[in-house]
Amino acid sequence: MKKKILISFASIALLLLSVSFIQNSGRPIPSVDVKTVDGKVFNTSKISNDGKPIIISFWATWCKPCKKELDAIAEEYGEWQKETGVKLIAISIDDARSSSKVATDVKSKGWEYDVYIDENQDFKRAMNVNNVPHTFVVNGKGEIVWQHNAYAEGDEEHLFEVVKKVAKGEKVD
Amino acid sequence: MNTIKYLSRAFCIAAFLLLNKTNAQQLDLSKFGEVHGNVQMDAQYYQEDSLIGALAVPEKMGFNGFANVIYTKGNFTAGIRYESYLAKLQGFDSRYNGNGLTYRFAQYKNDALDVTIGNFYEQFGCGITLRTYEERNLGYDNMLDGFRVKYEPIKGLYLKALIGKQRLYFTPGGVGLVRGFDGELDINQAIKKLNEAKVHVIVGGSFVSKFQKDEDPNLVLPENVGNSAGRIRVNFGNFNFGGEYAYKINDPLDSYQINDKPVYKPGEAIILNASYAQKGFAVNVGLNRIENMNFRSDRGAKLNDLFINFIPPLCKQQTYALLTIRPYASQPNGEIEFTSQVDYKFKKESLLGGKYGVDISINFSGANALDTTHFNTTDSLADNFNVDSTLQGYRVNSYGMGHEKFFRDLYVEISKKFSKKFKATLIYDYQEYNYNVINNGISGDDFVYAHTVILDATMRLKSESSLRVELQHLYTDQVIGQQIGNWASGIIEYTISSQWFVAIQDQWNYGNDDTKKQLHYYSVNMGYIKNATRITLGYGRQRDGVFCVGGVCRQVPASNGLSLSITTSF
Repeated sequence: MKKKILISFASIALLLLSVSFIQNSGRPIPSVDVKTVDGKVFNTSKISNDGKPIIISFWATWCKPCKKELDAIAEEYGEWQKETGVKLIAISIDDARSSSKVATDVKSKGWEYDVYIDENQDFKRAMNVNNVPHTFVVNGKGEIVWQHNAYAEGDEEHLFEVVKKVAKGEKVD
Repeated sequence: MNTIKYLSRAFCIAAFLLLNKTNAQQLDLSKFGEVHGNVQMDAQYYQEDSLIGALAVPEKMGFNGFANVIYTKGNFTAGIRYESYLAKLQGFDSRYNGNGLTYRFAQYKNDALDVTIGNFYEQFGCGITLRTYEERNLGYDNMLDGFRVKYEPIKGLYLKALIGKQRLYFTPGGVGLVRGFDGELDINQAIKKLNEAKVHVIVGGSFVSKFQKDEDPNLVLPENVGNSAGRIRVNFGNFNFGGEYAYKINDPLDSYQINDKPVYKPGEAIILNASYAQKGFAVNVGLNRIENMNFRSDRGAKLNDLFINFIPPLCKQQTYALLTIRPYASQPNGEIEFTSQVDYKFKKESLLGGKYGVDISINFSGANALDTTHFNTTDSLADNFNVDSTLQGYRVNSYGMGHEKFFRDLYVEISKKFSKKFKATLIYDYQEYNYNVINNGISGDDFVYAHTVILDATMRLKSESSLRVELQHLYTDQVIGQQIGNWASGIIEYTISSQWFVAIQDQWNYGNDDTKKQLHYYSVNMGYIKNATRITLGYGRQRDGVFCVGGVCRQVPASNGLSLSITTSF
């Protein structure tokens, strides 16, 4: 009997897993409450960009590579927007220790992104992020179609290639 | 026989679904909902290294594994986490022992209502009354198991209520019962007239109570302990102000005794921060006064166990290797902590900014004791008190700073991009560290002074390859404890392509008075990254601290040996 239960459990797991592989592209953004930099509640299911691509980037004020990535994108952001209409949403996972530094960091760096604070990492959990930096690309239909962990010098160029493809409605892998 | 039948049936179905990928998509599988998750596996093979204090590990190998699977369909979400500590990694609590489902929840959420049953993480305000969270790489997880309801009855009013028991490693959990309520009102959103007002005000309040039976034969202990807090947040143009005040009734804990006697004194916390920010310039100041704010669901709990609340530390979170040698740990029994930071950007094409601009950041933070006097049976102060019957432990002289200094940290960072291919950061840091208080909780004046200089330079070689060089030097007069004397450190990180990197580093305690302890902490790491998957292989010695290699930061305990780490999300 025990065996049977175990096996049925295993088959369900297998099934779910195969479904997940099929559905890997096309997942909507989960609905989680985060905060704006001035403390207002914002629900992530409201993230949208009029049918144009969205970049969601998880970062923290204490994470050097994250800030390097956002700095590198900031240099090109104007051109990226002109060409593809892309919008970048920066999700800070700073906790109460440093969350008050998010707004000041963003302003002093001159970043023109939409920034939200995920103070207790609820959105990070819902998006299955292990470590920061972790970057997602969302297509015009609001589906997550690409993701990448870590940042190395030059990665932003690859990211832009992905964004351009998504903007044209092409498939990405 | 049946086993094989069932297994093959499951396999066939799975294979069918996988092979018929395109067909399946046409069938619109979204009606089944989505399954997603992530996996983290950390394995390490240990070698004995008596020089750095890495002991022989009987199992030779440690392994920590985590896997989250979340199922979503419309407004419904359910998830599980499987954790494995088959011979846990060194540095993790010994109660992490075994395998099992540690986290399972089901949640229904629509625009106004959110109901969660099972395990959940929650935070009220800044966390001073309640915060359950996980810090996997530190082995910290104080999640609740119970019920939680969130409700937004009118626009701008957010209510939360919860009840549950806390996780304690792999044990059945904390004995105490935790109940909490939180309300937050966004005044500008709630009142239509104020929607577009220049001043934005948000107020909130929370009340958390824990229940634990009094089974002490000698003492009368409070069974219900309440911790309440009020908070406000004001935003006016470029100005931001936040404040929270918390009060906890008396709750004698085993982890905080004065003269070996329990302390029947209420706790108090004041947490303030203010900032001003405009493009290219920002100022940030913060001040915390924390008095006796240990709030745990079991009064017998020690170390980091069963904290219900979170006391946000203010000192700068350091990530460079030599600056993590002496991390400051907040003193929850009592301290005044402060921080101040100025960020400035010299604009492009300005005199100092050059072609790409220059960023400067200065942070000064520190902590002192409270202005209190401990009662002592032999102390003349005690004459007016019956110390044994009141058990107040100490007296507050003023709300100001006490004389005893715990910690100071001055950090100056200058970043400049010289060309499209070359950028560099120069850092100077000065620390004063009260060794006895921070490490042993004993008052004393054993100060350690440390000056650190860091150069962090990145060169772009080709479009996808780059070289990062980090040089650090730490000068200190420390003569007590573990890390005595001067240190030098270097990292060379070569990113071969966007998928491969290799890093070599060494930290050298060359200034140790004991020549036998002039050790090298060398290590080699290489990694492969593809989309959301990351695999790193490392060999060498590691001190504990926050480590950032190949683009990711994480906490690592001390060890020597071969390590393999895999993370992925799907």
